[in-house]
Amino acid sequence: MARHRKVNRIAVYAALSFYTLIAIFPIALVLMNSFKTRAAIFGSPLSPPSLATFTLTGFQQVLEKADFVLYFGNSLIVTVVSLALVLLTGAMAAWALGEYRFRGNTLIALYMAIGIMVPIRLGTVSILKMIVAMNLINTLTALILVYTAMGLPLAILILGEFMAQIPRDLREAARCDGVSEYTIFTHVILPLIRPAVATVAVFTMVPIWNDLWFPLILASGAGKQTITLGAQQFIGQYVTNWNAVLSALTLAIAPILILYILFSRHLVRGLTMGAVK
Amino acid sequence: MADVSMRGICKSFGKIEVLHDINLEVKDGEFVVFVGPSGCGKSTALRIIAGLEEITKGELYIGGRLVNEVPPADRGIAMVFQSYALYPHMTVYRNMAFGLKFAKTDKGETDRRVRQAAEILQLTPYLDRKPRDLSGGQRQRVAIGRAIVREPSVFLFDEPLSNLDAALRINTRIEIAKLHRSLNATTIYVTHDQVEAMTLASKIVVLNQGRVEQVGPPLELYHHPQNQFVAGFIGSPKMNFVKGKVLSVDASGVTVEYGEAKPATIPVGGGIARVGDPVTLGIRPEHMGEGAGRGLPLAGTVEAVELLGEASYVHVRREDGTALIARSPGDSQAKVGAKITISTGVEHLHLFHTDGAAFPRHSKADAA
Repeated sequence: MARHRKVNRIAVYAALSFYTLIAIFPIALVLMNSFKTRAAIFGSPLSPPSLATFTLTGFQQVLEKADFVLYFGNSLIVTVVSLALVLLTGAMAAWALGEYRFRGNTLIALYMAIGIMVPIRLGTVSILKMIVAMNLINTLTALILVYTAMGLPLAILILGEFMAQIPRDLREAARCDGVSEYTIFTHVILPLIRPAVATVAVFTMVPIWNDLWFPLILASGAGKQTITLGAQQFIGQYVTNWNAVLSALTLAIAPILILYILFSRHLVRGLTMGAVK
Repeated sequence: MADVSMRGICKSFGKIEVLHDINLEVKDGEFVVFVGPSGCGKSTALRIIAGLEEITKGELYIGGRLVNEVPPADRGIAMVFQSYALYPHMTVYRNMAFGLKFAKTDKGETDRRVRQAAEILQLTPYLDRKPRDLSGGQRQRVAIGRAIVREPSVFLFDEPLSNLDAALRINTRIEIAKLHRSLNATTIYVTHDQVEAMTLASKIVVLNQGRVEQVGPPLELYHHPQNQFVAGFIGSPKMNFVKGKVLSVDASGVTVEYGEAKPATIPVGGGIARVGDPVTLGIRPEHMGEGAGRGLPLAGTVEAVELLGEASYVHVRREDGTALIARSPGDSQAKVGAKITISTGVEHLHLFHTDGAAFPRHSKADAA
């Protein structure tokens, strides 16, 4: 029995380690090579930078040539604002859909579920038409609106599931205490679903930060480029400045990593413990 | 302080009707216990009073005011939940002060009330702890404290003791009784445990399948149950029931043939009973003893003996299959498998029609 469990555990760790290796490999490759000379990138792509091959030209080029600070700023604005909107409206919608019975409740919930199943990129043409009609082309607002719509369905689903697990007695106790519905939401529900909010935040922000599609279509010029779009300019049709591309990507990883670390503190945490017996 | 009045209250969940025409008057300062088997609607009735369930039909008055459409917070009630329902992310102090904070209660007043409640409930050392760092009994007290600080006119308790272990349950039961005496607030308490009902209540409401079976003080329910359900529900172990048939009815009582050699005359009012009617005899285990010495003997085989020390419960099965329990002294010599005769005095007997309604017992039986 014990032996069987041990074998099982080894198998699990082996599988997880293998997956981790696969996941980390490209990132490590980018990080390593961004600090190497062009010759070394092509000569021995898998070796870490040595004293002979170490260089910062890539970073130099990125920071000098392009408006990288601007791109960073754009990406940060788009990601943070979209994230805030998704979390706020998503949590409120999840609460309303789960807690209150009203006409059209099921229909709206179903509509949101469809949003998870149908990829938003299928609607790109219509979205583009809408954005043009609203005169929002080449603005960050356009991106923020699209990303908010993109993130909402999953956010509502996950947050709704977590809210459903909060014992009904807690909300009813608060109602007996004479606390308003808004206060119940902000002071009882939100603190209790913090781990879920963190999870949703991570799931929402990574695709937004990394997205190339919508910036390319909706906001591709006039200083509205995001970081992914900015990195693209080093990839030419004939010549690609690999030093610059890899350095740009390395820089792009940093902020999302910081955000992730901030949220992951809350990612797994049994906060409801002690609420009920 | 307030009285509570339920008038013709009905409650349906969709097509399922769970409460049928509940009429009940709870007087100011009374301790009323709703008791009944699970699914009898007692919790629903409490939640209706709290305002957590809508009333399908009927009127609810608290302190003389119609509150059908009044939200829970404005009814002057405070509820203690079975699961305690403490806010897990707040300290004990904040748990108790939470409602007051948003009711715009003055800070100093809030602090005074919370500290006073903590003092009463011996929670002062724990005010800065989170619920997860407390034991079950302490959490229970915090839940009660949260109700006290609201200074409600009606306290509602929904099975508050069922998550506690046996010893703590008895302690807390006594604490709740003390608390009621000192606060003297109207209290409505839901439980499925008839011992809690008997010990706490000034008035018991027995519910069954969404109907009120009987309302009355504990001892009245014990001595004069209006029907077989109440008789079976109040008292532990359960009342024994024996089938019989009416032989004759006169002023001294009803004479019943019940499967033993000699018929017995039971001192109850005959009323509408006719000769030949099937009836059910009710005998409480504590009124039965070993031996044939008392007025009404019953013979059978011992199936099990439970030795509790201060008493023994002797489980007997009669030849027709009826199971009986007799409370014997602690040193009972009854042996499993042996033939035995147990008996009771006729003055202790209850008699029920086939529809469950009780024959009124002669008042002489009260003294016994």
